[in-house]
Amino acid sequence: MEILITILSGVLVTAATYLILSKDLLRVILGSAILSHAVHLLLMVMGGLKKGTVPLLGEKPNTYTDAIPQALILTAIVISFAVTAVFLVMAYRMYQETGVSRHALLRGNKNE
Amino acid sequence: MITMNLVIMIPFLAAVLIPILIKRKSPIHIGWPVFLVPAALFVILARYIPSIANGETYLNTMKWIPSFDIDFTTYFDGLSLIFGLLITGIGSLVILYSIYYLSSEESLQHFYIYLLLFMGSMLGVVFSDNLMVLYVFWELTSISSFLLIAFWFHRKRSRYGAQKAMLITVSGGLAMLTSFIMIYLMTGTMSIREIIAVVDIDHPLFIPALVLLLVGAFTKSAQFPFHIWLPDAMEAPTPVSAYLHSATMVKAGIYLVARFTPIFGGGELWFWLVTGVGIVTLFWGSFTAVRQTDLKALLAYSTISQLGLIMSLLGIGSISMHMGSSMEAVVFTQATFAGLFHLINHSTFKGALFMVVGIIDHEIGTRDIRRLGGLMSFMPVSFTIAMIGSFSMAGLPPFNGFLSKEMFFTAVLNISQLDFFALGTWGVLIPVIAWIASIFTFVYSMIIVFKTFLGTSRLETGDRKVHEAPVGMLISPGILAALVLAVFFFPNIVGDYLLRPAMAGIFPSLADKVELSQHISIWHGFNTEILMTIGVIAFGSLLYKYMRRWKGVFTLFPASWSFDALYNNMLLRLESGSSGFTRFYMTGVLRDYLLYIYLFFILAVGGSLFMTGAFSIDPIHQAPVRLYEWVIILVMMVAGIAVPFVKTRVTAILLNGVLGYGMAALFVTFRAPDLALTQIVVETVTTALFLLCFFFLPKWESGRAKAAPRMKTINLLISISVGAIFVMTALSVQSGKLFNTISGFFEKADELTGGKNIVNAILGDFRAFDTMLEVVVLFIAGIGVFTLTKLKLGKGGKNVEDQ
Repeated sequence: MEILITILSGVLVTAATYLILSKDLLRVILGSAILSHAVHLLLMVMGGLKKGTVPLLGEKPNTYTDAIPQALILTAIVISFAVTAVFLVMAYRMYQETGVSRHALLRGNKNE
Repeated sequence: MITMNLVIMIPFLAAVLIPILIKRKSPIHIGWPVFLVPAALFVILARYIPSIANGETYLNTMKWIPSFDIDFTTYFDGLSLIFGLLITGIGSLVILYSIYYLSSEESLQHFYIYLLLFMGSMLGVVFSDNLMVLYVFWELTSISSFLLIAFWFHRKRSRYGAQKAMLITVSGGLAMLTSFIMIYLMTGTMSIREIIAVVDIDHPLFIPALVLLLVGAFTKSAQFPFHIWLPDAMEAPTPVSAYLHSATMVKAGIYLVARFTPIFGGGELWFWLVTGVGIVTLFWGSFTAVRQTDLKALLAYSTISQLGLIMSLLGIGSISMHMGSSMEAVVFTQATFAGLFHLINHSTFKGALFMVVGIIDHEIGTRDIRRLGGLMSFMPVSFTIAMIGSFSMAGLPPFNGFLSKEMFFTAVLNISQLDFFALGTWGVLIPVIAWIASIFTFVYSMIIVFKTFLGTSRLETGDRKVHEAPVGMLISPGILAALVLAVFFFPNIVGDYLLRPAMAGIFPSLADKVELSQHISIWHGFNTEILMTIGVIAFGSLLYKYMRRWKGVFTLFPASWSFDALYNNMLLRLESGSSGFTRFYMTGVLRDYLLYIYLFFILAVGGSLFMTGAFSIDPIHQAPVRLYEWVIILVMMVAGIAVPFVKTRVTAILLNGVLGYGMAALFVTFRAPDLALTQIVVETVTTALFLLCFFFLPKWESGRAKAAPRMKTINLLISISVGAIFVMTALSVQSGKLFNTISGFFEKADELTGGKNIVNAILGDFRAFDTMLEVVVLFIAGIGVFTLTKLKLGKGGKNVEDQ
């Protein structure tokens, strides 16, 4: 299962890289969102999968699954959500100000 | 007792005081109090002459950075004494001259501050015993001379000359610093005296240190092919040219070579580099000087040539170290003796010549030889001084240049007799080139006197009325000219009191065993040397007389082939090349930069994975995959692959949503309920946000926005490689478990924190700091979103940004 999940996250990285290399700003943002999915999956796999039960102490099993990666991913999800939100609003504002949605056309001030 | 450390510091302290003096607006010219500084220092140094002549040396240390072996140590011996006397003596005369030369409208305080800075750093160079302190003062001379050359900074030529001198001498200074560091690595000490004792000539760093040190010395002393900065530095005021570019700074390289002869001398490389470069410089400088039409440029090339002469003599002198302490060796130390003697002579007559040229420039307004002539009857005193200086430079009796030129011929004739260091083959060239160079020296010396002062006046009527310079301006060149004569008639005073102790500094191993001094005789009988001098005069006169006929020779060296053109082209190429290179890769397109980053990732991570052979898969410890997990994974894979290829953006968002909810489903199977919850909520909000944004943004431009197929292929290749390397790295890491997880500790969450949810206990108790900052991130993002949507600058705001 670990190998399978790793390959899945590799497929997501490939798709994200391809999107980030494209010309449209929204594709880039989409790519960054997909990239964060891939990273979260990788974090999960690195802790090992399905070694025990849910990390809640009420149950009394032999082993729990590793709780540290879960805490890390939780933090990462929130942060990447915040960043994605700011990206989206920036793209929206940029389009409002410049009328351009393709970042390759953004060339700074003319008099620079 | 006044130490040399204090002597070095006095000019710096005086430089600090000048602005205060200027503020008080005293009626006296600011140059007079400044004049007292070098004059006093000269007296102080002169009082050491008897004790130094008795073989005493003075060592003084002030702590600076003891932990790095860097102390402000001064060592005062015969060699430093000569230079110290030149710096302070000619410094006083130059300041005296400048008082009359510069009008009070110039910004005099800058002039004298720079000049005092230069004087102090030059004294620091010749008195320092510590390599690093020597380097500090060396660079200070470069900086202060840069400031002095560009004294009239509103002129373009001045700025060009200053920049050129700065670039060349500072590059040489950096080479010298490298050499100093190598010397420190070789010997473990920074003190020059101690290095002489412990240096190991078989050390692998010995040769690089030697070459780099000579690069430093050659750039500073304007040796071939680094001589090009000196003629352009002639844009400086004439007192500066007289002081820096004839008597002191250009001799710093000579000092360096003389000072390091006991360390590096004796080998073939040292001999050929110093003598060879010196001889070539001697010839090239004298040959090029003849074609100059500007008097100061002529003097600049003549300085280059004379410096080459001194340099070659130092190289010949180093041969004696190769021979040990035999009687034969002493013969070659006489070359160094002659070099030092000529050093003193050159400072006297070249200083006088520069000052005379300054007077001509000052009184007539031009230095162009083609416009000058017939000044003798108007300026008899200047003419006399110029004649004394030029004849001495040409090597005629009864002037001091005659004595040192004879000794130079003796040295080159001696060297051609030897048969080691490949001298048997090439040695005979040295006296021949030296002799030819002397002929050209004779020719340009005659040009200075006769083209300027004799013949008919070619001045136009509009020019200023010609008259003799004020007495004050004539004092300094007069004193120097008197010295030229005095040294000729009493050369042995100089020899016994100044040169003999200096020789002990250059040849410490020989000094105890044999007498290094030499009796300088004005008339030494009929021998080859005197015949050579007669030949120089005869051929020189012929060449001068028929100059018009052979001047065409110089057109064989077109301006576009000169070293100046090479230097200018190099600078231009360097600038255009680097800006072209920057423009080539800094395209301003985001995709290109991302491409560099991804390529670097592929090369660095993929390369190291490949090179170290770290890739491995561990298929044994795998958790089993159930059917519904297969379904989730496959769905996510298909969605992930499809996102880049879908035609409309709504499909792309929905596929991203599929990915997000797939993640949540996976978190459920991984036994991570908190993650699953968060993921569902966040994915929902994100998808909503995406949809909201798409409402405002234009549709994907499918028609003309299509990337070129080649670009698409590259993107695809890069993405696949990135993904593959990512997978390979991740698999390799997973297969190599080094030690167990520390999660066992957190399973005590209940007794430590009172919580039963381990993940929440980690977030809220064990590692709450992360959570706090994550909240801050959310908070900042919220403020950012709010500001971006609400704060809209109108046209006024745009103007602010444009400014």
